[in-house]
Amino acid sequence: MLKYIIRRLVMLIPVLLGVSILTFSLVHLIPGDPAKSMLGEKATETQLELLREEMGLNDPYIVQYGNFIGKILQGDLGESIQSKEDIAVEIAQKLPATIELTIFAMILAMVIGILAGVIAAVKQYSWFDNVSMTGALFGVSLPIFWLGLMMIWVFAVELKILPPSGRLASTVELETITNFYLLDSILSGNWGAFKDAFFHLLMPGLALGTIPMAVIARMTRSSMLEVMGQDYIRTAAAKGLKKQLIIFQHALKNAFLPVLTIIGLQFGFLLGGAVLTETIFSWPGIGRYVYQAVLARDYQIVQSTILIIATIFVLVNLLTDILYKYFDPRIKYE
Amino acid sequence: MSLQPDSTPDTDTGTFNNQEHPKTNNLFKESFLRILKSKTSVIGLCIIIILLLTALLAPLIATHSPTDQSIVNRYQPPSVDHWLGTDELGRDIFSRIVFGTRISIQIGVIAVGISMIVGVTLGSIAGYFGRWIDMIIMRVIDIMLAFPSVLLAIALVTILGPSLRNAMIAVGIVGVPQFARLVRSSVLSVKETEYIEASKAIGARNLRTLFGHILPNCLAPIIVQMTLGIGTAILDAAGLSFLGLGAQPPTPEWGAMLSDGRAALQNAPWVVAFPGVAIFLFVLGFNLFGDGLRDALDPKLKD
Repeated sequence: MLKYIIRRLVMLIPVLLGVSILTFSLVHLIPGDPAKSMLGEKATETQLELLREEMGLNDPYIVQYGNFIGKILQGDLGESIQSKEDIAVEIAQKLPATIELTIFAMILAMVIGILAGVIAAVKQYSWFDNVSMTGALFGVSLPIFWLGLMMIWVFAVELKILPPSGRLASTVELETITNFYLLDSILSGNWGAFKDAFFHLLMPGLALGTIPMAVIARMTRSSMLEVMGQDYIRTAAAKGLKKQLIIFQHALKNAFLPVLTIIGLQFGFLLGGAVLTETIFSWPGIGRYVYQAVLARDYQIVQSTILIIATIFVLVNLLTDILYKYFDPRIKYE
Repeated sequence: MSLQPDSTPDTDTGTFNNQEHPKTNNLFKESFLRILKSKTSVIGLCIIIILLLTALLAPLIATHSPTDQSIVNRYQPPSVDHWLGTDELGRDIFSRIVFGTRISIQIGVIAVGISMIVGVTLGSIAGYFGRWIDMIIMRVIDIMLAFPSVLLAIALVTILGPSLRNAMIAVGIVGVPQFARLVRSSVLSVKETEYIEASKAIGARNLRTLFGHILPNCLAPIIVQMTLGIGTAILDAAGLSFLGLGAQPPTPEWGAMLSDGRAALQNAPWVVAFPGVAIFLFVLGFNLFGDGLRDALDPKLKD
């Protein structure tokens, strides 16, 4: 197992190298002068020249890329062109908010999706199967930004039971340790803050998690149906095992592999969807950060943030593969 | 272009060997009969037809001009005169949604067209020629897949500049890997069949074998992916427009309309609600139909 993990980590190097080349090229593919498009038409030639020198735009392409990689390996993601803030610091501050949101959304999606899928498969063609699978079909067709706004309208504007935006009410105080608010409030034993942070997570988490939930439910159902038809399930039933035991121990365990693949892939959807969700719910994560940078034409931030997000996604996919091997020891990788 | 070039057309398509599984040699006819059996895909097909008709007859269906402004009429709730209300500039939302159908269909077709042409070309070259060409193409595809698709689309629009045209190109590029992988694996399996060997044996050139014999036999998964891809493309493009990176005002694009209404969510929720319903119905139609199509064209289900 360890050997496998090490080999997979080595194999990541070319992929990450490719990812870095692509992100690096983004800024250099901008038609015309990147310095001009950042500073605007009114910039003087001196200002432009200064920025070009600062960004190293006057160096040959390969030298620029070398510098870019060299800095990144030292943890230097550059600084914002406009505010001069250290991007690595900004990302470190905002990343926990995004990870908290995506993990929360994924947990919601997995718990509800897998449960609905299992019940739908066990009670095939029942009303539950019909309703949940129609719901899942609707779910994959929903624009999440619209869903988010409708939730705000219903739960925050009309019913006033959930907060419309942000991570924590301004009246609630919380000592930040990890910047994961749920975790911080548990660590400091601040249950008022925990409740508030949880309520703030609900709407964005549900909006972001709806599509993965629907996809997971459909996958679980079809995978369970396939497994439930197998001989060993019939044998287990003939032995007189309890139905719950058969479903969760024998069937779901075997039906889980395709679901796991889907979960890994859906994580990428969550990271991308975070841009929309965070924008709608004013969630101070890196999704909103990159969006604001796009609007401000701060290409340095766009470049660094996208590189970080892609790296996370690549690592999540690796983790999925490792888990895959853990769940199914029969799989041999050459 | 015949779908099954090596089979003789069945002249007696009116009778089926088996009522449950109609056997004809015409892929389209057979698939169509299968699709009609599935309730959900018929619903999907109906939605698509209604949307196509709406786009075609937009000037006849719309009750107002999609761009006419009337400040006195701003934020009117749904009424007899304005079926779905009016927006912040007093424009009729129903009419804007009706005309927006044209834009959405255009986005879906162009974006998926780009994905399909580029993806099929890359995938078939990789699958057919193999070796180093395959390796290079598939590594590039792997790297593209390392980026969450919405994020890659945002990055591309940032480079190209925000506009509807560039949003379509970005969404199209982001969809390339799916087609490339799909076609590559289909080509790999078709390549090994005997009729391809026969084609090579009679001296057909690579391009003729690839485009004349292999690709026509990979059509089914490509068609399914195109149908499902249109739904995804609309969602992604609407997301870009919602962020202000796609269609620019006053274009009646649904995502952009939704974005315009955000500020007035509290007082005029209909401005946000209805364009979202339109996007949802559009995507649902293509997803339902695509699902049915996949079941109908899935070779595993064929007897």
